[in-house]
Amino acid sequence: MWDDTELIIEPGRVDRDYWRELWRYRELFQVLAWRDVSVRYKQTVIGVLWALIRPFLTMVVFTVIFGKIARLPSEGGAPYALLVFTGMLPWTFFSSALTEAAGSIVSNATLIGKVYFPRLIVPAATVVVAFLDFIISFAILVAMMIWYRFVPSWQILLLPAVIIIAVAASLGPGLWITTLNVRYRDFRYVIPFIVQLGLYVSPVGFSSSVVPDQWRLLYSLNPLVGVIDGFRWCILGGQSQIYLPGFTLSISVVTLLLWIGVRQFRRMEKTFADLI
Amino acid sequence: MSGASTSQLIMLSNDYAIRVENLSKRYLVGHESDKGARYHSMRDTLVRKTITFARNIRDMAGGRHIVQGDEIEEFWALKDISFDVRRGDVLGIIGRNGAGKSTLLKILSRITEPTEGRVRVRGRVASLLEVGTGFHPELTGRENIRLNGAILGMTRSEIRTKFDEIVEFAEVEKFLDTPVKRYSSGMYVRLAFAVAAHLDPEILVVDEVLAVGDAEFQKKCLGRMGDVARDGRTVLFVSHNMHAVERLCRRVLHLERGRAMRMHENVREGILSYLHSDDDGRPPHVWINPGKECENDFFLPQRLAVASTAPDVDPEHPFPAGPPILVTISGLIKRADPTLNIGLALFTEDGELLFWSFTSDAPEANWPNMAVGNISLETIIPGHLLNEGNYHIELISDLRNRHWLIEPGTVAYVNFSIRGGTRWSATWNRSRPGILAPVLIWNSKPICTGASLGRISS
Repeated sequence: MWDDTELIIEPGRVDRDYWRELWRYRELFQVLAWRDVSVRYKQTVIGVLWALIRPFLTMVVFTVIFGKIARLPSEGGAPYALLVFTGMLPWTFFSSALTEAAGSIVSNATLIGKVYFPRLIVPAATVVVAFLDFIISFAILVAMMIWYRFVPSWQILLLPAVIIIAVAASLGPGLWITTLNVRYRDFRYVIPFIVQLGLYVSPVGFSSSVVPDQWRLLYSLNPLVGVIDGFRWCILGGQSQIYLPGFTLSISVVTLLLWIGVRQFRRMEKTFADLI
Repeated sequence: MSGASTSQLIMLSNDYAIRVENLSKRYLVGHESDKGARYHSMRDTLVRKTITFARNIRDMAGGRHIVQGDEIEEFWALKDISFDVRRGDVLGIIGRNGAGKSTLLKILSRITEPTEGRVRVRGRVASLLEVGTGFHPELTGRENIRLNGAILGMTRSEIRTKFDEIVEFAEVEKFLDTPVKRYSSGMYVRLAFAVAAHLDPEILVVDEVLAVGDAEFQKKCLGRMGDVARDGRTVLFVSHNMHAVERLCRRVLHLERGRAMRMHENVREGILSYLHSDDDGRPPHVWINPGKECENDFFLPQRLAVASTAPDVDPEHPFPAGPPILVTISGLIKRADPTLNIGLALFTEDGELLFWSFTSDAPEANWPNMAVGNISLETIIPGHLLNEGNYHIELISDLRNRHWLIEPGTVAYVNFSIRGGTRWSATWNRSRPGILAPVLIWNSKPICTGASLGRISS
């Protein structure tokens, strides 16, 4: 009847049960994710359509600029529009998940100041919204594949793994920036900058195979290179060659950033309520 | 617990739900020093900015806090606090604003970390520091029940089983599918409290949340809190409402500026010690804001004073009961708002609330002008109303039906006493029992006729 476990609150205490505690709060995670999703689509006229229009128009523009005007090569025999869209999807997911996660702690300030729960839930829940948009825009990809009569091969089965990498890639920097954002509000200006610049330094509008070989490994330091290459490889199948050393490097960078993000977040989360 | 070998004595002293040991909490506050104000040259400003910038970068790299201003001051919100809360205890925590009550609750609810010391907690804690935390205006009542329940730590099945009870308690059946942004503030508060009232923890930590809503609903909330306490659960209750503390609590902890603290086994005693603890050397009848006390976005009070309207009464001496009593409030309206209310709360020396009075009590045509800028308000407490005794007036302010700006229990208070002259006639010279001693006028009426008597009895 009475809970015999004793909770000890003291400065600098490391929670041994951190991850178990997080699991215990999974219902709150679901509810917060559901809140973010339902608030997002209330009071919008065309609601879900936004998730379709934005990536579609960007894809059209990029196909014209990079494919028709700059005449960059596609991968194998894949249509250029398909190449762009398979880059567009993980990129849009990454950028919106990063943006949402980075602002999440500050925008939930009242919650943080009045209730206890593992703070990691807040940025994690925002990723769900980005993921939902991702699922919706995925429908366009399917439609395009039907249009071009493009049949994917067995590699598509590995897509979930690539999606997990994409989540990790956005959550790592997202956690780090949201932590910094609580103390130094300047960091909210960093995000639009990363997103704007990232679109051009990541292989969204072009294939990463156009990068000269001697620079390829250096280029893969950008974690998005691994994510987008992996995504293309899963969808375009045999048409796309994966550059393994670069891919491994990208994944290592993703892992490192996630580790740093979680570590910084955990170090700071107990002081969030004092700083907000 | 630890088994049969433990002696009875230790078992008893170990029977705590919460044990607080030498708890302290420090905040850092920055000030701009006066040094800079004297230099106006561009070069000096640049040098100063560069130094500040370099220090910020250094602090950031070292993972320290960046504090605005060039003088950093430590502020101990709590210092070396120790006490036990027994299982099933209903503990009232009282003290003036800034005594550290909220900080203590925040530490107990794990929202913030202590700087020193330790707390041991046994049992599931639910804390209610605000009603309607996390309510989203775009979501419907139904959706917000689900959201708020989860935020307060209820499981989904718990919310499902209690849903109807919550709706009934809140009296919002008809508006369940309306976004709460369209709710009246009363409905909003009722719904918010209803969710919180159905929490089922072993330890309940409650901050001043009963001070919202209308009187009827407050009574209902207080009743509900009483039920929780009677169920044998441990309750920590922070309030400025001494009446509520007295009704609910079995023990009282009195905090003073985060330090001096006393645990009173006798609730009445604790309340009295709190009410008489405020001798800080200033004259009792006037409060002058030393700086930014009670500041909020709307109103900065600067002065509160009480005086007798009788000629030649030294405000430091007791007032006679006959002449009306004048209360003046001056301050600065920083932002106008149609719901901005300023007023006073009058208490007896026992902490019994006699009444609140607000600028918007009268018909709207009679409201004082509350435009942005300096204001001076005055009101009269009628003569021949209060009995002999000592009274306490607090300056209070709120946004009508929304939230407090200056809550009861504030540092903006004055005291006065009334002696003698409670009657007009010379026949009475002793004071009366009772809180009030109004002088009512008695008239004799013609004796009832037989006809009307007959009508009543038939």
